[in-house]
Amino acid sequence: MHVGLHHYLFVSFMLFSLGMLGVIMRRNLLVIYMSLELMLNAANLALVSFSRFNNKLDGQVLVFFIITVAAAEVAVGLALIVALYRKRQSAHVEDLTSMKL
Amino acid sequence: MKYENLPWLILFLPLLSVVVITLFTLRSKTVSSLISIGAVAAGFVMTCLFVNANGIHYSGETSVNWLTIGGLNVDFGLKLDALSMMMLLVVTGVGGAIHIYSFGYMHEDRSMARFFAFMSLFTFSMLGIVLANNFLMMFIFWELVGVSSYLLIGFWFEKPSAGDAAKKAFITNRLGDFGFLAGILMVWSLLGSLNFTALSMSTFALNVSGMATIAGLLIFCGAMGKSAQFPLHVWLPDAMEGPTPVSALIHAATMVAAGVYMLCRTLFLFNAESLHVISYIGGFTALLAALMAVQQNDIKRIIAYSTLSQLGYMVMTVGLNGPTPAMFHLTTHAFFKALLFLAAGSVIIGMHHEQDIWHMGGLKKKMPVTFWTFFIGALALSGIPPFAGFYSKDSILAQCLEQKNYLLFAVAVFVAGLTAFYTFRLFFVVFFGKEKTDHAKHAHESPLIITAPLVILAIFATVGGFIGITNNYGSQFATEHEALSLIQQLLEPLKTPVPMLIGIGVALAGIFLAFALYKNGDKDPLPAKLGGLATAMKNKFYFDELYEATFIRAHDFLAAVADWIDRWILEGAIIGAIRGGTDLSGRALRLAQTGNLQTYAFLFVLGVALLLYFVLGK
Repeated sequence: MHVGLHHYLFVSFMLFSLGMLGVIMRRNLLVIYMSLELMLNAANLALVSFSRFNNKLDGQVLVFFIITVAAAEVAVGLALIVALYRKRQSAHVEDLTSMKL
Repeated sequence: MKYENLPWLILFLPLLSVVVITLFTLRSKTVSSLISIGAVAAGFVMTCLFVNANGIHYSGETSVNWLTIGGLNVDFGLKLDALSMMMLLVVTGVGGAIHIYSFGYMHEDRSMARFFAFMSLFTFSMLGIVLANNFLMMFIFWELVGVSSYLLIGFWFEKPSAGDAAKKAFITNRLGDFGFLAGILMVWSLLGSLNFTALSMSTFALNVSGMATIAGLLIFCGAMGKSAQFPLHVWLPDAMEGPTPVSALIHAATMVAAGVYMLCRTLFLFNAESLHVISYIGGFTALLAALMAVQQNDIKRIIAYSTLSQLGYMVMTVGLNGPTPAMFHLTTHAFFKALLFLAAGSVIIGMHHEQDIWHMGGLKKKMPVTFWTFFIGALALSGIPPFAGFYSKDSILAQCLEQKNYLLFAVAVFVAGLTAFYTFRLFFVVFFGKEKTDHAKHAHESPLIITAPLVILAIFATVGGFIGITNNYGSQFATEHEALSLIQQLLEPLKTPVPMLIGIGVALAGIFLAFALYKNGDKDPLPAKLGGLATAMKNKFYFDELYEATFIRAHDFLAAVADWIDRWILEGAIIGAIRGGTDLSGRALRLAQTGNLQTYAFLFVLGVALLLYFVLGK
């Protein structure tokens, strides 16, 4: 079976949807965080496949950016989660509704 | 014209005095009063200079363009002719005497500086009316005298009665001024100008339009309010709540005469029908007020009703197409009525602010200057020769006969008799008989600053009838007029012996009747003799009660309806619906804000999905 662009894109779509479902459905902040990473990597997969099949390096450059930003994001986000957990003794989103009046 | 800038200076000096007093010298009584007296005295001197340089028969206008809106062209201009120059002399001359008197009268008042600021404001406004060369300017100053009258009537505003009287005067005048303004607008829309000179050339258009009677009567409404003619006469007696110099200056000599002056100034606008109505309203007012005066007991109120009655005389005479006798009487009346008020003020000071004449008595020996000057004023008011009032009243009676209006002639004669009667009732009760209270026993003559203006005014009340006042007015109104010499003026009434003899006769009869009834009276014998009529006179024929029951009640009802609409329809229904709707939708939308991160994420995804569907799906 010949593996074409749409196969890669399908895998990317599945990964993105799983990540999105995780963000919406899961309650634990860490799991939500991992799901977010999943969505980013789904985007990365789509970008490299476009790059490979179009013989252009633009997509790959963009992927490097995304990986860098994601690393920074993980550093900040995990620190926030740890700080939040220390303050609230909980990492569950339903406990974090103090924005509501 | 020589000294062409002098009239502007005469007009604006009192305004400058108001500004200086209110901004800088309010703390010093003496400086403020001297500034105010100086302004009006300088006005008098400059008026004399101007009249002397140009002659009293000079006629001209000086104006600057003030505003132009479409076809409406309004000047700020001064009209100078015999009429306005004579009035200038009266306002600044009599006004000056009253200002000097006020310096003595108000000396113990805490707010004397404020008093003189108001007096200057009044002088400025009154000079504006006199000098105005167009209707709009006259109306503005007309309202300004209303304001200063309001301020001065309510000068002692701590007294509720003074505040009420000020409001009554102001609101009653509003009614008249509403008609006045409507009349001015009507004249402007029909004739296209507001300038008196231009209007007098184009009255033909007014007569053709068929609106002349309505326009004339609307303009007369203004005079009805300001000169306190029936049915708007109710404010003037109450205005006596103000200080006595105010009563003398505003409510006897000048402001109330502004209505008569305005009628004479715009006489060309009135046709026969409107003049007819004006004459009967004037005659009726004269009769009504004279009857009311007979049974009053407050020294100032008696003179106030007498003012009403004399104003009725003047308005009646204007209505009988006699502006010369009307203005003649206005001028002499300004002398002797200001004199009577100031003498009454002197009595009030001597009596330690007692105003009931039945608490006085026997003041003749204790206050000789006040007594003699009051006597001269009373003789002038009653129309006894050779005092000023005799000449002007005689010219009014002669005018009635000349117009062959025998009904108004009878009214005028009857009122002349009543005038002599109530004036000398007051005179005998206050100055003769025995002292009725301790205050009367300890009364004393007033200081020179108060008696000097009395003497000056008494001189004019004596000689005012034959010093050429009619000559000056006559030159303004009569097409062919020959000036009379002093002797001719002295003997002028002899030309028409019938009104002269009748006038003197009823005046003497009135004085004699008053002498018989009140020579030594301790109390008024009239109520026992007249019964119900005397009670009605005492209660001013129940006009206040009538207005209370009709107009004020109706007004209260309207106000209650407006209050209900405001409270329940505007506030309740309309504002309530908007407020309630906002509140309700806010509460509903608030439910969507759960504060849960995942709800927002879900809605965000849903939004992106919808967007994608609309962008890509089609």
